[in-house]
Amino acid sequence: MEIKMKLNGKNITAFVDADTVLLDLLREKGCLSVKRGCDTSNCGLCTVLMDGKPILSCSFLAVRADGHEIYTLEGLQQEAADFVGFIADQGADQCGFCNPGMVMNTIALLRENPDPTDDEIRAFLAGNLCRCSGYDGQLRGIRSYLNFRKEGRV
Amino acid sequence: MSIDKKEYKSVNKSVRKKDSMQLLLGKPVYTDDVTPKDALVVKILRSPHANAIVESINTETAKKVPGVVDIYTWEDVPKTRFAIAGQTYPEPSPYDRLILDRHVRFSGDAVAIIAAETEKAALKAMKLINVEYQVLEPVLDFRSAKDNPVLVHPEDDWFPPCEVGGDPKRNMVASDDEIFGDVEGILAECDIVLERTFHTRAFNQAMMEPFICYADFDRYGRLHIISSTQIVFHTRRILSRALGLPKSKIRVEKPRIGGGFGAKQTAVCDVYPAFVAMKTGRPAKIIYTREESQIAGSPRHEMEITVKMGAMKDGRIRVMDLYTLSNTGAYGEHGPTTVGLSGHKAIPIYTGSLEAFRFHYDVVYTNQQAAGAYRGYGATQGFFAVESIVSELAEMLGMDATAIRDMNMLKEGMVMPAYYNEIANSCALDRCMDHCRKMFNWEERSKVRDMGNGKVRTAGVAMAMQGSGISNVDVGSATLKLSEDGTYNLIIGAADMGTGCDTILAQMVAELMDCDVDDVAVFGADSDVSPYDSGSYASSTTYITGQAVVKACAELKKRICSIASEMMNCTEDEVEFQSTCVRKIGTDETVSLTDISYKSQLGNTTPAESTAAHTSPISPPPFMVGMVEIELDKFTGNVDILGYMAVVDCGIPINPALARIQAEGGIVQGIGHTLMENITLDSKGRPIESSFMQYKIPTRLDMGKLKIEFEHSYEPTGPFGAKSIGEIVINTPAPAIAHAIYRATGVWHRELPITPEKIAMSLFEK
Amino acid sequence: MITIQKYVRAQSLEEAWQLNQNSRNRILGGMMWLRLGRGSIGTAIDISDLGLDTITEDDEQFSIGAMVTLRDIEKHEGLNAYTKSAVSNAVNSIVGVQFRNMATVGGSIWGRFGFSDVLTVFLALDTYVELYKGGIVSLKEFAKMKYDNDILVRLIVKKTPVKIVYTAMRNQRTDFPVLTCAVSLINGEYRAAVGARPSRAILICSNEMENAGAFAEYVAKNVPTGDNLRASAAYRTRLVKVLTERAAAELGGM
Repeated sequence: MEIKMKLNGKNITAFVDADTVLLDLLREKGCLSVKRGCDTSNCGLCTVLMDGKPILSCSFLAVRADGHEIYTLEGLQQEAADFVGFIADQGADQCGFCNPGMVMNTIALLRENPDPTDDEIRAFLAGNLCRCSGYDGQLRGIRSYLNFRKEGRV
Repeated sequence: MSIDKKEYKSVNKSVRKKDSMQLLLGKPVYTDDVTPKDALVVKILRSPHANAIVESINTETAKKVPGVVDIYTWEDVPKTRFAIAGQTYPEPSPYDRLILDRHVRFSGDAVAIIAAETEKAALKAMKLINVEYQVLEPVLDFRSAKDNPVLVHPEDDWFPPCEVGGDPKRNMVASDDEIFGDVEGILAECDIVLERTFHTRAFNQAMMEPFICYADFDRYGRLHIISSTQIVFHTRRILSRALGLPKSKIRVEKPRIGGGFGAKQTAVCDVYPAFVAMKTGRPAKIIYTREESQIAGSPRHEMEITVKMGAMKDGRIRVMDLYTLSNTGAYGEHGPTTVGLSGHKAIPIYTGSLEAFRFHYDVVYTNQQAAGAYRGYGATQGFFAVESIVSELAEMLGMDATAIRDMNMLKEGMVMPAYYNEIANSCALDRCMDHCRKMFNWEERSKVRDMGNGKVRTAGVAMAMQGSGISNVDVGSATLKLSEDGTYNLIIGAADMGTGCDTILAQMVAELMDCDVDDVAVFGADSDVSPYDSGSYASSTTYITGQAVVKACAELKKRICSIASEMMNCTEDEVEFQSTCVRKIGTDETVSLTDISYKSQLGNTTPAESTAAHTSPISPPPFMVGMVEIELDKFTGNVDILGYMAVVDCGIPINPALARIQAEGGIVQGIGHTLMENITLDSKGRPIESSFMQYKIPTRLDMGKLKIEFEHSYEPTGPFGAKSIGEIVINTPAPAIAHAIYRATGVWHRELPITPEKIAMSLFEK
Repeated sequence: MITIQKYVRAQSLEEAWQLNQNSRNRILGGMMWLRLGRGSIGTAIDISDLGLDTITEDDEQFSIGAMVTLRDIEKHEGLNAYTKSAVSNAVNSIVGVQFRNMATVGGSIWGRFGFSDVLTVFLALDTYVELYKGGIVSLKEFAKMKYDNDILVRLIVKKTPVKIVYTAMRNQRTDFPVLTCAVSLINGEYRAAVGARPSRAILICSNEMENAGAFAEYVAKNVPTGDNLRASAAYRTRLVKVLTERAAAELGGM
């Protein structure tokens, strides 16, 4: 089937099967930041934004993206670069495999709620699993970015 | 107490990981990202039976599926048995595998290899392969495996490269009995003898990147493997034996790794695409699904540990007898070695008072998924048992659980009979306990406080140690090269799997060569390029490879000075290395590193590079104290972790931020094993928890607030006084949480995980 | 992974219904477990274009389209003001925000899954289901019905004055629940909806009750429980009592 969508700001056309999942299409299109960590919608590694909302591309039919706007981390490099350095300063990137999904969902969080509390951050990112960091370092990184943005210093 | 007070420029500093921004911005750096999309898709048909013989296998219909390139069965593979454990040759793990065996030994064992142009074609073909099995009775219960009439490995070509007490005719992979002192005599003298049995399960590493491997042929026609592996050199050796290829025909490299925790210290999936590439001459790639990673991976060894402990009424622990029964599953990878740590790490932490000990074990085959290496490597299981029984003794005696540890713990300078008679050169365990007690406010938070509505708050404590590398075995190496602009290239065979070893080794170079960390480019790991390294496991990289880096730096400085002295027409001892130049001592005459580097490229015989190797006769333990505060709901059995605090002695941490994250990550994994990660087997012995939908690892809502601090010790044999940290951090949660649960409920739980149901029902039944 | 031969975005409910009469075809919800299934679908019928992704509120009721997501009901001010956040509490532990942005109310209710937090909370409210052919039936009735080839169009929640408390027990914070429990007081009737027993939620009602403990005893006696991977029947029965009593006590007026 032919589908049209806006991917990272560009209009694209793709040919997909009825059961092609969005994740596979996106990787096919070179968006290699999108990772597969499970097949059960549990890990959050495949998070992308559809019409601005974070979704799990492993469980989303590519045909359903027809006519919609998709962003992957490839298309949001600057918005991510604003805060990910603070996570790097904590050493919380670790193996990095969960990072793109976590960063995408953090972008969604900060767009929806620019000044979240720690509990709001935890709740919003609860669907992003990480096996390396123990999560606290990611939280400290986001917190220090928010402090930096508010006070102009860490 | 010898603590190095030296101020460092690059070491003991929290610098960013060298790959941080690449990882956080989602750049393509993992195996699937850096290998061609059009490689053949490799899929494995897996046995539904736990123990069976493939009577017949018909692949004709399946091969006709458009896009299927070939399908291989046991008849097509080499007949040489091998092991896939990433261990130094000769491996303690038995050679008990074939690429495909007619005898399948666990539900999930490989029956056929499918190579196809697309995943769809491969999966379609999988359904069309017709297999007739002669189904045999399986050995599923590891408690009845030893001397069971059903044999997991009846074959005659079973081969142990090392003698470790295995006997496949008894389903035994390894066995040993070690006694120090008069165990029975002292037990008879003790006021109290406690005997308890503990059970831990085959927890899964659940690293975010599943197993993956790519194989093709390079421009010289050699097999080129790109794999998410912790062990590039071992993988080359394993593939060489399995495929019957000379090592010169194989190259193994790793890109970035999406987590390992030991899972990737076993070459779980590498033989399959390698075999397909050899057969077809085409690039081939296998990516395990999460389900395959859960059911055919390399999880922790399930263990049942019985501890008999003798003590006096004043709390003095005099004797310990520890028996471990370990379940290695269908194949013996890491079976003979993990079990050792259950005693050799857990017993010596009580060296302070122990007069005698016995440590004996059996490691048995069963028809379950083969176990492997997982962070903690047996020590985790041992500490759950030993730390739990010590806390139980304290509670019985009405003693504070930290006080009983103060009284009995290992102290710096002691000889550890249960740890190969090594001396505790650097041990801040006592200070860790003091520090943690104060930071945590143990006295207040350990009190049992009724919060109303069935909720109780209290705390628990546990200690742990680990090692730093495998003594007299592990080899780490480093190559350091000077570049034309005075910067360096560091080439290693150790595998950064997210832990940050590329960065901390670069910090060591920067410290010694007096340059910026940014001026050190790191490459690893590639069996063609890297100097030999055992690989990143056994908590070895900082301690062993780090020391190789120290040596390589010293040697390179010498060589730089040698070239410089030629340039300055003097002898080597008349010059000194000074950061960006070499100076003729006592003069203003210098030559810059840039000039030296260019000189090294012009009519020169002294290489501006050096390679050094290191090994260690000892494996200095890091130490740790962990304390947890919980709120337990007596009616539902729910446990909320309110806070987990730990103080770690890893010598001098090379990168405190990364060391802290190691500790935090390890603690959260430990919380998972203790409270929620369950392994339930179906009737075929296959884990029902075969997905993240069923195998529940902690989310960020499950772990409470963490706080990590360090007590420095100085390990004289480590680089900059450093010891390891990667593994020890997973050892305290289970016993500390079990202790807190006891304090809240009066019930000891000796089997993991301690689910809400177990807690609630134990109180209900009471 | 479920295989799908054909995908159709239905342009009318009638078209969707016609397609759905073939047992090989399926109406798509959030497709959360697409890769988990092993079956094959002839035509996947997508009702995304039919305007069923909105919640409308008037003086009488909330009308929740089948394609409204769990995240939508979690964030809906009117619905959560009416239920004192019980709806939000019921769904906010389901996996994660991304999951809840995809999972639909229609899919959750139609599936009548045993583990469903969604079914549990709406059972305790004055809720009706609008079926394309079957018309409007109470959720209580619908929860007992067998699966057929009809289409769930929307959920209707009457604004009958209600007090409701939602609670659930989980082994891990975003896991399927071990037990769900919603207790409400509506039209003078005390209701306890109990789900994840582990089979689908049921509703136990009573017109009078002395106190929370007695009500909980009554509910526990009347809610059959079973075993699954997450818990045993005996533990669940204990939880029915504990959660019902706590919810009832929080509800007050008993």
